[in-house]
Amino acid sequence: MENVEKIRRFPCTVCPMGCELTVDTGSLEVTGNGCPRGKAYGVAEVTHPTRTLTTTVALRGTDRVIAVRTDRPIAKELLLPAMDFIRAYAAPETVKPGDVLVEGFMGTDANLVVTGK
Amino acid sequence: MGSEIRTALPEVKVGLLVIGAGPAGLAAAVAAYDRGVRDILICERQDFAGGILPQCIHNGFGLKRFGEELTGPEYAGRYEKMAEERGIRIEYGATVTKLSNDRRVTVLSESGMKVYAADAVILAMGCRERPRGALPVVGTRPAGIYTAGCAQKMVNRMGLLPGREIVILGSGDIGLIMARRMTLEGAHVKAVCEVMDHPGGLRRNIVQCLDDFGIPLYLSTTVVEVEGEDRVTAVTVAEVDERRRPIPGTERRIECDTLLLSVGLIPENELTRQAGIEIDPVTNGAAVRENRETSIPGVFACGNVLHVHDLVDFVSEEGEIAGNAAADYLAKQEKIETAPVARVTAKNGVRYTVPELIGEGETKNVTVFFRVSDSFRDATLVAENENGVILSKKVRRMVPGEMQRVDLPREKLVGEVTLSVAPQGNS
Repeated sequence: MENVEKIRRFPCTVCPMGCELTVDTGSLEVTGNGCPRGKAYGVAEVTHPTRTLTTTVALRGTDRVIAVRTDRPIAKELLLPAMDFIRAYAAPETVKPGDVLVEGFMGTDANLVVTGK
Repeated sequence: MGSEIRTALPEVKVGLLVIGAGPAGLAAAVAAYDRGVRDILICERQDFAGGILPQCIHNGFGLKRFGEELTGPEYAGRYEKMAEERGIRIEYGATVTKLSNDRRVTVLSESGMKVYAADAVILAMGCRERPRGALPVVGTRPAGIYTAGCAQKMVNRMGLLPGREIVILGSGDIGLIMARRMTLEGAHVKAVCEVMDHPGGLRRNIVQCLDDFGIPLYLSTTVVEVEGEDRVTAVTVAEVDERRRPIPGTERRIECDTLLLSVGLIPENELTRQAGIEIDPVTNGAAVRENRETSIPGVFACGNVLHVHDLVDFVSEEGEIAGNAAADYLAKQEKIETAPVARVTAKNGVRYTVPELIGEGETKNVTVFFRVSDSFRDATLVAENENGVILSKKVRRMVPGEMQRVDLPREKLVGEVTLSVAPQGNS
């Protein structure tokens, strides 16, 4: 069976330049990056892609919601499981922007933080 | 009896009146304050500040302005804090119903109606979404058709799920963001359809909103029919030709219960037109000088009401330009009207420029913002007038969905200046 090396092309999202990266998923060689951060992003994106989760959580005892985020990106594959957690979770009504709701969210080093009012 | 009683509305003097406490209005007010203006009032029709940002709970805001990736509420919070620290008054629940050409602003609020006689006015009313009624889509009037922004408000501010089986028309950023948002909340986004042959939104959003979730994007495709009596049951999509007309025989039926429309933002300029201010027919916003002054002296415009932006960072920058200009205007003892020195016109490949006019100024360069009408790779941007070429610059990449900017030397900006993309270099 032939071992086909997969080449992936995608824009870098580290800065608004949006350099078009070409990454060899076998050798992890990155081309097209305009800076070293782009190279690191290219490798991470094909090996351990991460995303910041932004969503809303319910406020306990009310029918209202408040906007939250992870304060740093988490593994991309955790996004949908994280939403299962979020759906079952309710924050205290008195929270303010900047409050940490959950430390070590989904077992990562990211915290779930309030962003809305 | 039939006696006519006319009561004049109470009139209040104010230095600087800003219409809208969104990111443009807040930035403008803060800049004016920092430039010395103290008598400032922001009229905001909602009961909160931040404009559209409080419902934009995703991140990506502020990368240029603050060097951080903030969510909409966080970005708005920064500016609200700046306004609060400076003691800038914001009147909530205050809707401006009329702007006259002598800077009298009629405001309706819970306390009644009054007129503010302003020495300077900054228009920062933002924009609206193009609604379904403006689209030639055949069909019944079932529930389940929302503009993407309306759905965003429902989900993010009201905790309501608009539907479960979603089709989105329009691949602008709002449509892409809502594709992700609905998916995260457990809905099934079956397709995003885009009538153009290229996606409308930022590339990062194509990756993070569609590719991440395996949501298909169908280019050169539009919705031609909606089915359903009480509730949407399906839509029919079809491919379109280069004139955006549906191609017979390409129709496909997609079952769904919700159609989200992300089909254009229109600057909200009812007040502007009513005041008789000159409008640029391409941007649908006021035609302005580089200091963002409109055709009425002392009336400035900034943010989405002037032209629809992609990055809120540029909105804030534009608010600062307008705020500074309003402050300078107020400080001038004699307000002498000067004719514009140059007119900037968009030509081949460039759809519009802001500013449209160049006034007298001190800065060495003038930054002209513009959008291209097509995608260009390694193309040459040319600014010229009757005296010859002012600037000829090779630009690696320009696409319609990303606002561009170019600095032009002020001393060369005289007469009729055109901005265009040289013919070779189409991608």
